[in-house]
Amino acid sequence: MDYYMREIETAPRHELDALQSFRLAQKIREVYEKVAPYRAKMDEAGVKPEDIKSVSDLNKLPFTTKQDLRDNYPYGMFAVPMSEVVRIHASSGTTGKQTVVGYTARDIDIWAECAARALVSVGGSKHDYVHVSYGYGLFTGGLGMHYGAEKLGAVTIPASAGNSLRQLEMFRDFGSSIVCMTPSYAMSLIELMREKGLSEADFNLKAGVFGAEPWTEEMRREIERGLGLKAYDIYGLSEIMGPSVSCECTAQKGMHVCEDHFIPEVIDPDTLEPLPSGTPGELAFTCITKEALPLIRYRTRDVAALVYDKCECGRTLVRMLKPQGRTDDMLIIKGVNVFPSQIEAALLGFDGNATNYLIVVDRVNNFDTLEVQIEMRADMFGDNVRQVEEYRAGMKTAIDSALGVGVNVKLIEPKTLARSMGKAVRVMDNRKLKNTFEGGKQ
Amino acid sequence: MLKQISIFVENKSGRLCAVMETLAEAKIDVRAMTIADTAEFGIVRLIVNDAEKAANALKENSFTVKVTEVIAFTIPDHFGALYDVIKLLGENGINIEYSYSLMGKNQKEADIVIKVADAKRAGEILAGAGVKLIEIEDVV
Repeated sequence: MDYYMREIETAPRHELDALQSFRLAQKIREVYEKVAPYRAKMDEAGVKPEDIKSVSDLNKLPFTTKQDLRDNYPYGMFAVPMSEVVRIHASSGTTGKQTVVGYTARDIDIWAECAARALVSVGGSKHDYVHVSYGYGLFTGGLGMHYGAEKLGAVTIPASAGNSLRQLEMFRDFGSSIVCMTPSYAMSLIELMREKGLSEADFNLKAGVFGAEPWTEEMRREIERGLGLKAYDIYGLSEIMGPSVSCECTAQKGMHVCEDHFIPEVIDPDTLEPLPSGTPGELAFTCITKEALPLIRYRTRDVAALVYDKCECGRTLVRMLKPQGRTDDMLIIKGVNVFPSQIEAALLGFDGNATNYLIVVDRVNNFDTLEVQIEMRADMFGDNVRQVEEYRAGMKTAIDSALGVGVNVKLIEPKTLARSMGKAVRVMDNRKLKNTFEGGKQ
Repeated sequence: MLKQISIFVENKSGRLCAVMETLAEAKIDVRAMTIADTAEFGIVRLIVNDAEKAANALKENSFTVKVTEVIAFTIPDHFGALYDVIKLLGENGINIEYSYSLMGKNQKEADIVIKVADAKRAGEILAGAGVKLIEIEDVV
């Protein structure tokens, strides 16, 4: 069993605790001094930096949410002057306003180290050819894994996403051995392989890290069979860093969190109280080494459980089980974050009228589908098919461009959508995502 | 000119039945029907004895309804009769959006409904050429 940083990855719990406590206390002093919104939050909560001495003091601190980042858009939560920032990334927001995150040179270096750890934990080494098919750009996926692969000393192939046939040619000709991509993109490549009469035997793939969207154990098996590799789950979010906040090891029993950089917690989203090991709840992370954007108790809205027992791979780093959902109404469709409010805004923007709609999410042959059912109003209806189809196409374009993901718009008769006494039901998610780790307590 | 009612229906079983049930309850006499269909929805077009009453009954039952004007005319039952009329409209630059036939009272003749952008002008052209136009009194 290989490790990228054996000492940290297999450290006894008390040593990790001590390291986390030391770094946490230091980081809290720093953010109190340098980040005005944090100083205000801590003052309001009556917490002083000196109250935070160890990990067990974590729950004295206020939480951070995406709203805090929006309120301080774009750079208001940064803890260093912009002259120290060497990179920014951004993620899609609910109303077009992005969440902007920043990195110092050291942050980039630590991120690369975490990504290198992830690649080693799935069996990678400097002898591998790491093929990165996450998108490069403001999205953290591409550049995050790219720097990790280079840090490891592997041959890095910055393929980015898209141009699928070319991806397969590169697999074959460049000798790609480890791939990094979204699971749904892997599924579409497998489809294409079948069409073109290619088989996994044409490639030299051995492992893949797949993340940025929810996927099932069924998909894992299909990807493993289709591409002829072992498929591993990887987790990350730009607010904390990007991919490699946690990653599975070859045991495939949960994702080891880089605990020397991020302290994970699982909380009850209603009471905000910490939940015991093995109990699923909302994940929150505290960055204890980040310089540019050290978020404290950042609520991810992802629901998952943490398990602390030692893994068969020998790592002692806590494992987080596959996220089981979200605590807010965010939907992840083909790796893209979608909020129902975006669809509502797009419909309103299209013709200025409030429309009754229902968002139906499904997974057909392992592909996410997004359908927006819209109740036909009298003013939308003009007696001929072409006019109705044009209206529908116009609404589809408005929604597609607002979301960055294709939808099917279906027009339905008025008053057919269920109405409750209070808020109308807006989302029906028919995807059945099972918890894939049998060892997890439910 | 005739008033036609168009109803938006989802393309699934039971929807046309619901339209007809509403009309039956409102004692509406349906004289002609055509359905334009797509994979997901259809538009039911009807000529009825009382378009306003029918439209109101349907709206009360949550249907999306539109009342439009169409023209209808009678053609004699011989070769080329329909050709003559359509040619006349074409020569005058009038595009027929859709057309269907109507149940005529005289079995020796055929009654045709057409939808055009300018029903008034098309009616004048047809009447000017001696084509017999149909009004609601002729069908009920």
